[in-house]
Amino acid sequence: MQRSTLKAWFLVHKWTSLVCTAFLLLLCLTGLPLVFWEEIGHLTGADPEVAPAAAGAQPQNLDDLVNQALARYPGDVPLFLGWDDHSPSVYVNTGARPDTPPPEMHTAILHQYTGEVLPAPQFNEGVMYFIYRLHTDVFVGLPGMLFLGAMALLFAVAIVSGVVLYGPFMRKLPFGTVRTGRSRRLAWLDLHNVLGIVTLGWAFVVGITGAINTLAKPLEQAWQTQQLGEFAKRYEGRSRPTQFASLDDAVAKARAAEPGMKPAFVSFPGTGYSGDHHYGVFMNGDTPLTERLYRPVLIDVETGEITARPQLPGYMTTLLLSQPLHFGDYGGMPLKILWALLDLLTIAVLVSGLYLWFKRGSTEARVTEIERAGLVADAGAAR
Amino acid sequence: MSRVANSPRSPFIAPAWITVASIVGLVSALIGDGVFDVVSWLIFAALIGLSVRAWITRDRKR
Repeated sequence: MQRSTLKAWFLVHKWTSLVCTAFLLLLCLTGLPLVFWEEIGHLTGADPEVAPAAAGAQPQNLDDLVNQALARYPGDVPLFLGWDDHSPSVYVNTGARPDTPPPEMHTAILHQYTGEVLPAPQFNEGVMYFIYRLHTDVFVGLPGMLFLGAMALLFAVAIVSGVVLYGPFMRKLPFGTVRTGRSRRLAWLDLHNVLGIVTLGWAFVVGITGAINTLAKPLEQAWQTQQLGEFAKRYEGRSRPTQFASLDDAVAKARAAEPGMKPAFVSFPGTGYSGDHHYGVFMNGDTPLTERLYRPVLIDVETGEITARPQLPGYMTTLLLSQPLHFGDYGGMPLKILWALLDLLTIAVLVSGLYLWFKRGSTEARVTEIERAGLVADAGAAR
Repeated sequence: MSRVANSPRSPFIAPAWITVASIVGLVSALIGDGVFDVVSWLIFAALIGLSVRAWITRDRKR
């Protein structure tokens, strides 16, 4: 590689890394507890312990469960109802109006078989929600999400440029070389290289899927406008219904229409997930892959009949599949622990990169170091 | 023994293997449970093991 090319890659690596490092540190540090959100919720009592269903018990009528939730929050309207995969409970989100945003929603968690309202704090309160907002939008909504997405893309560029520089630097050194006996800077540089390469594939995928996740709102809006908009046109000029057909019957019809699937959640009219005239019963499968891929069944809230079972567009499928690949919540506790360890290694890469920047010397000296395959005497480096 | 090798092997071989292994590890647990999860755990544990090995076998020579 020519020196000018090497220098260009070095500058790309340096500046993309520098710009994103502070935000990446924030994302890695806040992401660490989020990997164990469910477990922390159980330990702190944020997630209620749910008694198993009695033998032969039948689930409560869903309309009754929704009415119980509404009784706790007078004046609210129902927004979403969802099933917990790990316990016989359902959650009901309510709000002052159909388009209430998540930070303003109320949540009731109910036992699916006894109808008991379970004591649980709101999902949009507490330390974990604070950490979650820091991780996803730094409390400024969509602009914050898009900004963090841009930082994730810079991180991906920093990874690629880092690999390009790794080649010439390591061409005369065996993989895994860490030299701690010479200068402190060389030791940090070797560590930066080893850890950067070990976490390469994981960090790249987690970074890119994180960037995709920051597009969730625009992608959902595009889906609502395009696909759901087609169905909404049939109801043009009609006001949003105030009397709804039975939710329990609607879910039973969705189950019958998609026999290989189970309901994951239901959206009520006006929430943006199923237009103004439909329940959206979102069905999913029961394998790690198919449980992420929803199939919406749209049911007219006035007649209770199925209107459509549209396939999700490709960009929504990409979004849904990118979520587990970012969260690491699909391979049991061992994968969560490994995810956390890889997160810690990535923090080490970021911190070592910062250290190397502080001890950088001139760009020409660093490019020469790479050109000489990392064998150059580490002049200029302070111990 | 010197740690410096004049190996003709490309320095990109290790990163390429690590990338392929990472993708297999990421996808494996997504497409199934049981053995698919175990494959994923083993791959990521091995990658973390590479970092530990690099530190244990570090060159302390001045």
